[in-house]
Amino acid sequence: MGKAELPLHAPGTQLDRGYIGQSVPRPNAQRLLQGRGAFTDDLRFPRLAHVAFFRSPYAHAKIRKLDFRHALKSPGVVGVFDGRAVAEYCTPWVAVLGHLKGIKSPPQHAIAIERACWQGEACAAVVAESRSQAEDAVGLIEAEWEELPAVVDMQEALAGKYVIHPELGDNVCFKRELDTGGVDEAFAQADVVVEETYGFGRHTGVCNEGRAILADYNAGEHSLTVYHATQAPHMMQDIFSRHLNIPEASVRVITKDVGGSFGIKVHVYPDEMATAALSVMLRRPVKFVADRLESFLSDIHAREHKVTVRLACTKAGEILAFDLDDLTAIGPYSVYPRTSGIEGNQVVNLTGGPYKHQKYRAKMNVVFTNKNVTCQYRAVGHPIAVALTEAIVDRAALELKMDPAEFRRKNLIPDDAYPYTFPSGIKFEQLSHHQVLQKLLDTMKYGELRKEQERLRAKRIWRGIGLAAMIEVTNPSPAFYGVGGARISAQDGATLRLEPTGMVTVMCSVTEQGQGTEGIFAQIAASAVGVTMDKVRVITGDTGVTPYGGGTWASRGAGIGGEAVLQAGRALRSNMLDIAAAMLKLDKAELDVRDNAVVHKLTQEEKLPLAELGRVGYFRPDTLPMDFQAELTVTRHYTPRQYGFTFTNGIQASYVEVDPDTGFVKLLKHWCIEDAGTVINPMLVDEQIRGGVVQGIGAALFEECLYGPDGQMLNANMADYLVPMALEMPDIVCGHIETPTKQSQLGAKGVGEAGTAGAPGAVMNAINDALAPLGARVLTMPFTPERILRALGKVA
Amino acid sequence: MDETLDTTLNVNGTQVTRRIPARMNLVDFLRDELDLTGSHVGCEHGVCGACTVRVDGEIVRGCLMLAVQANGCKVETIEGLSDSGELKKLQKAFHDKNALQCGFCTPGMLLAAQDLLKHNPKPDREQIRAHLSGNYCRCTGYQAIVDAIEEVANGKG
Repeated sequence: MGKAELPLHAPGTQLDRGYIGQSVPRPNAQRLLQGRGAFTDDLRFPRLAHVAFFRSPYAHAKIRKLDFRHALKSPGVVGVFDGRAVAEYCTPWVAVLGHLKGIKSPPQHAIAIERACWQGEACAAVVAESRSQAEDAVGLIEAEWEELPAVVDMQEALAGKYVIHPELGDNVCFKRELDTGGVDEAFAQADVVVEETYGFGRHTGVCNEGRAILADYNAGEHSLTVYHATQAPHMMQDIFSRHLNIPEASVRVITKDVGGSFGIKVHVYPDEMATAALSVMLRRPVKFVADRLESFLSDIHAREHKVTVRLACTKAGEILAFDLDDLTAIGPYSVYPRTSGIEGNQVVNLTGGPYKHQKYRAKMNVVFTNKNVTCQYRAVGHPIAVALTEAIVDRAALELKMDPAEFRRKNLIPDDAYPYTFPSGIKFEQLSHHQVLQKLLDTMKYGELRKEQERLRAKRIWRGIGLAAMIEVTNPSPAFYGVGGARISAQDGATLRLEPTGMVTVMCSVTEQGQGTEGIFAQIAASAVGVTMDKVRVITGDTGVTPYGGGTWASRGAGIGGEAVLQAGRALRSNMLDIAAAMLKLDKAELDVRDNAVVHKLTQEEKLPLAELGRVGYFRPDTLPMDFQAELTVTRHYTPRQYGFTFTNGIQASYVEVDPDTGFVKLLKHWCIEDAGTVINPMLVDEQIRGGVVQGIGAALFEECLYGPDGQMLNANMADYLVPMALEMPDIVCGHIETPTKQSQLGAKGVGEAGTAGAPGAVMNAINDALAPLGARVLTMPFTPERILRALGKVA
Repeated sequence: MDETLDTTLNVNGTQVTRRIPARMNLVDFLRDELDLTGSHVGCEHGVCGACTVRVDGEIVRGCLMLAVQANGCKVETIEGLSDSGELKKLQKAFHDKNALQCGFCTPGMLLAAQDLLKHNPKPDREQIRAHLSGNYCRCTGYQAIVDAIEEVANGKG
């Protein structure tokens, strides 16, 4: 069933789609606007203790000795603990997955034992009555270190002269090769072969709210309640249970407001596991909130790829083959439980993704280094795959002297070719590359913009236009993690309850990170049940309350959680009509629910307010037929099954001006046309895209975790690590094509990755388009003024 | 290390006195001593603007000012400015335009925006962007925030 099933109401009525497709403001934003949200750090608990961590100052060193004597005497200190002490309460983990064949990683402890493998790894924990007292005591810990060689460079790691974990044999965490066959032949036959090597800077999420966890162990019942700024409460419930040896049902994870996540808050962090263990050890609540400086050293980083790509095409402009060689470094451990092999894997899966060539070969190595760990961050692998694909495509177009838009049109998979299997093996249900391309060119007035660019070049004003076509993984099935053995749910559930007053409570396993999940669930629920939105309350983020589910990641909230809400809403409506039919002694088929009342389907005459239905259902069921039981709470679940992923597609364009004297790039405008299936709330969808685009722009122009040769991070603060701020950002024009997925009744696909996936490639191509008449080209992100001036030969 | 000082200030119209460590930041004082948790701690080194509060009518970074420096001052936070209704138009425009996602930067963003409108009631987009350049938002990409402030400036809020 697909979009034909909409509008969301009983067949035969004249209602519209309800709130689906409307730009309704998010009800849950009101408290945040008054500073009355409840972020984890805002919670107040009796006997709350605070933990601060003693972190390794070295990238790689043996911990010879830790002396806690002075720290223990410091005012307010409750206890000081090393890795061995915490390990008695928290077992180590190994982050591998069965479907990533050959992936390996050593056991990792909550607090390092014997050896620190990156600068910033927690090596001891101080618990005190206040955070500042804990930090004071951290400064009094005395340590003796034996520095070990630090493997910092990816190539050196791959060469393996020094092996970080000798028991693993080499520094390769994971490697993958893919070959459709016929690639060498395609390159031999090609009229044009282009090859370039692209560099992608290591960067990080910089959530405005640092990672935050408050663990509250109850020794009386051996239970643990964890208030956690996380994207995946049920996954964390399972992990706390298994690693702290507490029955799963006795672990409750509660996620209140979260101050930005973007993939940063979906992983298992050693310091957070230690916090939970310390609560068990001390039998009192313990809180950890990462401050900004330790966030840079301990939040996952991402990207850091070096990729060589070759493209073969005919002189008529037909792409024949892609050949890829990707090297990426992930730090000393694969991150639990999702592993750090996924980003590289995605690069292999997605490179060349929008195009119809049949030959593809890829080689990818994921190596260990002595830097902070990397893992899945917003758009995982997409920004790399899109940028390198789109850059080499532009390079080929340049070689052929063909307009980049025209070259893409020739090669994009036709809109009538679906379902379609891409050479990497991924399957597309239905994409709309040609429609989005045309809409983009119309929206941005591409032809006129090219003329303007030409005119300004004569005045030595160097502007560039960059395009980036993309495909994005959304609505992941169990193929993403579950099949590999990870206890990460691909299904989600929603419970809807009609309250006695006629209001509707929605409880869903997908969490709210600010993207508007709760808002769209209210829209879907109101539409499906037949009530106005002010009658709906949404609860998420509590494993003790909501159905079981995966949470928020990989753009799955709307498509999977939303479908569960829709199905639960329809079921509740049906149950409500059963009661109404019994009360009114009418045929159920004659009745419908609209605007908070049961109405007669044909006349739309109001028959029964829902408050009355609720009153009878709960307080006077004795008035209903003897064999009738009212069911005013229903739960439904949804798992995408038909495709491994529900791919979306889109295209972005960037318009920039480069100053060849300063190397500065001015972003003039940005466009994104996206096909995310059914759009539930156009405003929220556009805001997801805009925020994502700006995150992608950060990667393209500003953001990089810089490391020295000794493995020290050089810019681990917000003064030196640049993030996009309001002044430099352009206005971003969004547009949509709607191709609903036929796998669900709602038809929604995900939209969280799109902006971040395509923006770096679009900006890169725009800069290189601007630089082309000057004979310069830049291939390594971020495109700092220094790199641009170097490409122009203006600095050495 | 923990020298304490008696400090008296007016917070959102209420006179408060506390004996506090000299090293305590104003934002920590508001959050931890007064439980006014609407002002957020984002970077603690004056870059992100999440801790923006108003002291004697001017916006300051709560992480760069010591609480004892506010002795005798009038401090206003998001809670007080919400209750007084001063931010009402901006809050409505932010809501209508979805100029917030996670909401962590929002209190600081609203105070910075109100400060702009106080000094320049008719700013253009460039001036709005410039005035917000000390307030970090990772979620929105800023455009909706600029739109919301522009709407209030144009009298539509």
